[in-house]
Amino acid sequence: MIAPAQPDLVTVNIDGQEIAVPKGTNVIEAARLVNVDVPHYCYHPKLSVVGNCRMCLIEMGMPAVDPATKAPIMDPATGKQKINWIPRPQIGCGTNVSPGLHVKTTSPMVKDAREGVMEFLLINHPLDCPICDQAGECKLQEQATGYGRGYSRFVEQKNVKPKRTQLGPRVTLDDERCILCSRCIRFSKEIAKDDVLGFVDRGSYSTLTCYPGKKLENNYSLNTVDICPVGALTSTDFRFKMRVWFLKQTNAIDTESSVGANTVVWSREGTIYRITPRRNDEVNDTWLADSARVLYKAVKAADRLAATETTEALVARAAARFQSAPGANAGVGSGRSTVEEQFLTRHLATALKASAQLVSRVGQGDKLLVSADRNPNVRGALVTGLIKTLPAPQLTDLAAQIDAGKIKVVVAINEDLTAAGLTAAQLANVSIVYLGAHANATSAAAKVVFPTLTVFEKSGTFVNQQFRIQKTLKAVPAAAGATDDLVVLAQLVAAAGGAALPADIAALWKVIATEVPALATMTFANLPETGLVLDATPFAALPFVEGETLHYKPAQPAVAAATA
Amino acid sequence: MAVITVERKPLTFLERTYLPQIAGGLKTTFKHLIAPKKTLEYPEQRPAIPVGYRGVPTLVKDPNGREKCVSCQLCEFVCPPKAIRITAGEIPADQADRAHVEKGPQAFDIDMLRCIYCGLCQEVCPEEAIFLQNQFSMSGYTRAEMVNHKDRLYELGGTLPDAHHKWDKKKAAEEHGNAH
Amino acid sequence: MFDFYFEIPLVIRLILQGLAVIMVIFPIAGACSMAERKVAAWIQDRPGPNRAVVPWVAWIPFFGKFLQRLGVFHVMADGGKMLFKEDSLPGHVNKFYFVLAPIVAMIPALTTVVAVPFGAYFDGAGKLIPLGLAPFDIGMLAVFAVSSLGVYSAILAGWASNSKYPFLGSVRASAQLISYELSMTLAVLPVFLWVNAPGTEGTMGFARVVEFQSQSGFLGGMWFGFLMPISAFIFLVALFAETNRQPFDTVESESDLVGSFHTEYGAFKWGLFFVAEYSHMIVGSGVFMLLFGGGWNPLPWVSLATAVDFLGTFLPFAHAPLFVGILSIAIFMGKVLAMIFFFMWVRWTLPRFRYDQVMKIGWQKLLPLSIANLLFYAIAIALIQK
Ligand code: SF4
Ligand code: SF4
Ligand code: SF4
Ligand code: FES
Repeated sequence: MIAPAQPDLVTVNIDGQEIAVPKGTNVIEAARLVNVDVPHYCYHPKLSVVGNCRMCLIEMGMPAVDPATKAPIMDPATGKQKINWIPRPQIGCGTNVSPGLHVKTTSPMVKDAREGVMEFLLINHPLDCPICDQAGECKLQEQATGYGRGYSRFVEQKNVKPKRTQLGPRVTLDDERCILCSRCIRFSKEIAKDDVLGFVDRGSYSTLTCYPGKKLENNYSLNTVDICPVGALTSTDFRFKMRVWFLKQTNAIDTESSVGANTVVWSREGTIYRITPRRNDEVNDTWLADSARVLYKAVKAADRLAATETTEALVARAAARFQSAPGANAGVGSGRSTVEEQFLTRHLATALKASAQLVSRVGQGDKLLVSADRNPNVRGALVTGLIKTLPAPQLTDLAAQIDAGKIKVVVAINEDLTAAGLTAAQLANVSIVYLGAHANATSAAAKVVFPTLTVFEKSGTFVNQQFRIQKTLKAVPAAAGATDDLVVLAQLVAAAGGAALPADIAALWKVIATEVPALATMTFANLPETGLVLDATPFAALPFVEGETLHYKPAQPAVAAATA
Repeated sequence: MAVITVERKPLTFLERTYLPQIAGGLKTTFKHLIAPKKTLEYPEQRPAIPVGYRGVPTLVKDPNGREKCVSCQLCEFVCPPKAIRITAGEIPADQADRAHVEKGPQAFDIDMLRCIYCGLCQEVCPEEAIFLQNQFSMSGYTRAEMVNHKDRLYELGGTLPDAHHKWDKKKAAEEHGNAH
Repeated sequence: MFDFYFEIPLVIRLILQGLAVIMVIFPIAGACSMAERKVAAWIQDRPGPNRAVVPWVAWIPFFGKFLQRLGVFHVMADGGKMLFKEDSLPGHVNKFYFVLAPIVAMIPALTTVVAVPFGAYFDGAGKLIPLGLAPFDIGMLAVFAVSSLGVYSAILAGWASNSKYPFLGSVRASAQLISYELSMTLAVLPVFLWVNAPGTEGTMGFARVVEFQSQSGFLGGMWFGFLMPISAFIFLVALFAETNRQPFDTVESESDLVGSFHTEYGAFKWGLFFVAEYSHMIVGSGVFMLLFGGGWNPLPWVSLATAVDFLGTFLPFAHAPLFVGILSIAIFMGKVLAMIFFFMWVRWTLPRFRYDQVMKIGWQKLLPLSIANLLFYAIAIALIQK
């Protein structure tokens, strides 16, 4: 009965429920599979196990066998094999499953153990949740409701430790709140590979600090804030800005590079307060780069464009430009647009009989969650057929055609043409129709400017470096004076004489499914949270620039990354 | 269900003329006519405000004159009509008497056009910093005037005796040598 | 010493007298509105309106404060407001009749005053001369004839307003006023049967009625209220109904008809209805006092002549016509005001009758009662005066 069903699965019994779990799973994860919660602080599924908080104590036992004959010893009372319970509690995080393992997580001993650990943890922990930024998402708070005493027996004076240590440019430490779980230390060492944190002193004097002369300043420092189970590590940017219980969570995608890390955008009343990672074990695990967490500032940036005319009037003016130079139109799409926008851009190029190109944007990959290709959606443009080849960083072709007088109108979507190598004189020679959220040299030179949305104000999909199509959702309402890119593009397509296309994302996906074979079976609504991997074979020959990242290995050796 | 049959006695002749009842009514009203008046003549005479009265919500200071509110925003959260708006802020480390508090409201607005005087903010406040006191009349000529800002809230609130001494305890612990 | 007055042409004299009466009625109506609020307040244990004050009056040490507490300046404030408020004319009304209605309300209200004597004096021969604008013989008839015209204003207003509630109200008003007029008329007949004894010159004037209540002897000095209590009662009830006062307030009945015939009125036009109503009340009280309350006689069995004789024992000028006139007017006005207070007292005591009850009381109770009462007194008077 206890024989493993498959060679690599072991059957364990947790609170009376039998479950087969892969070998090497620890008790916390096994219990999670049967919806049993084992409270823990120091254990983190993506970090090594240290077992120093002792919160995950459980009672466990093994089926009894006769030492001599190895025959099972039966319990005459129940008629089942007897269980030899270990008299002392064991830590769940450090105990891997073994065949026939029996676990009790609700026994009086376990409860006692948890209450004892909680009381010790709270001896020196400040009891001022009203001030603490972690309140509302604090593990200590959560467990205190289940295993806390409700009052303190500790009449002595509490420890006094530094309250506002700046560990780095983005992280502030409140040492009094630290429960010494060492998650942050392990993260720095194991994931960020930047070993800067450690404990000094002993006992209740133990204090978390940076090594002398070092700072927690790597691009992943804010992940320590995420994994800190209490309010000890806080983000300097978010600290004391807003209580988490006011914030609305919206699932989104990090657009800073082609990794496409999954994120949660936290907003209140149209204002975004922070961005945190969303667990996706195939993309970013539970991590997110610091640089991805400040992208929201673009929403309320001072250089946001705002329309002074209705979209209809702008479309009419753009259409007049298109007609003034038939056959001399060009389109510059963007690798930062969503799949839906690129699909509409392709239709616009077709309707205008114009060429369409993208601008590539390349930086240094950090082998974690920031890849060399800083366009989040170049592969989307390939999938939708907007482009056939990989984009170049400079629009030399277009520049030549402008100089030759072959191009009179350029539709630029979210791309600054001067940054892509066009000169001011070349810009002055053509009529530019610009779609974008922020002002730049191109929008200044443009004849028609459509203020559009940042990624936080719209829904859409991105195809990351693994050809995984993932969706991002609208977190905050559109800024005043800005119009959804899809609305603008659909109207432009119609004005250019193309097919009437819906601007509503659900309806648009019906069209996309019929026209793009790779996306034929999908709808926007049923795209899973963790994304869907598309068939990459048609593009296998293309020389993508990315090197290795956390969950991506390039098929062929990366071509030398061009300088940014 | 028990049914109680109420017997209605037929009215007597006198009752049917209404006259005795009218006379009785006139007698009653005449008594009131000459009875002392019960009205409280408001602006000159003020009602005695009972303990526990729920007047205008105010912010109070502790006996040491320190701001008690730590801008936890629980009152903002609980306020049913969303009358409270708080902008939290950090208290700089160099404010010696409040160094351990870390956090306090930068701005604290209560829109008295929204407030329904329910007292939930007072109930929820973990720091006993917000109290509905005996101020019961609020008026203004503009909407903006009806929003009580932080200064005004403290002016209305004053100081209340405080059972919480945790900041002082922290200080004592520090002086005792528990600091690291 | 007032001979010069009688040398002025009659027409001008009458106009002056008429103006004088209007000058009295209007403020009294205004004062009544304030008194109404005050009485209401006192009955409800409130002080009532007591805030408005005119600056220089407020400076008078004690008296100013007293007047303010009494609320007299609220009358001015209310009147001023009524005068200066925008006098709007709703778009959906029949304009001509809409404007006409309050005027029609005022005319009978003020005209009836003409027939009511409000005092008396003795001429040189010791003969009692009643004081009044037009002391004609048809007194009671004139009052009935003219005051019943008042209902037309309600009908006009309700119909011209061109909206539901006013219309319903005006229908109610016409039915109610007509119903109670019958009992009222029948109730006063015994009085006039009594005063028009066989062999005397017939009259419907009030002077004779008062004269009859100022005779000597037990029966002679008795006010008709005691002699004919049923008549007095019926007259009083009908009077309440005719003046639309509580408990017969079904015509206005704010709770079910919003305000009835004057729902669409505002400002001064509404004020006219208001004054007319109070004028009705004043005149009605006066008539009641003349018929059943001894007129200007101070007390039952104490006639004005007796009182003057008594005062003459220590006041040398007691017999001067001027003094007697003023005394009688004062006595009469005092009684009228007491009566008005009674109106208000009743108003703040009793609830309103339902409309069907109003009709039932009028037709099934009061009318038979008044017929029986008339028959009884007709036979009794016939026997006594035979
Ligand atoms: S700062 Fe947080 S994550 Fe780091 S050891 Fe302390 S409690 Fe653990
Ligand atoms: S008044 Fe109280 S509940 Fe409100 S923010 Fe301040 S401490 Fe929190
Ligand atoms: S009394 Fe109620 S409504 Fe007013 S501020 Fe407090 S919680 Fe809000
Ligand atoms: S989670 Fe197991 S000891 Fe911390």
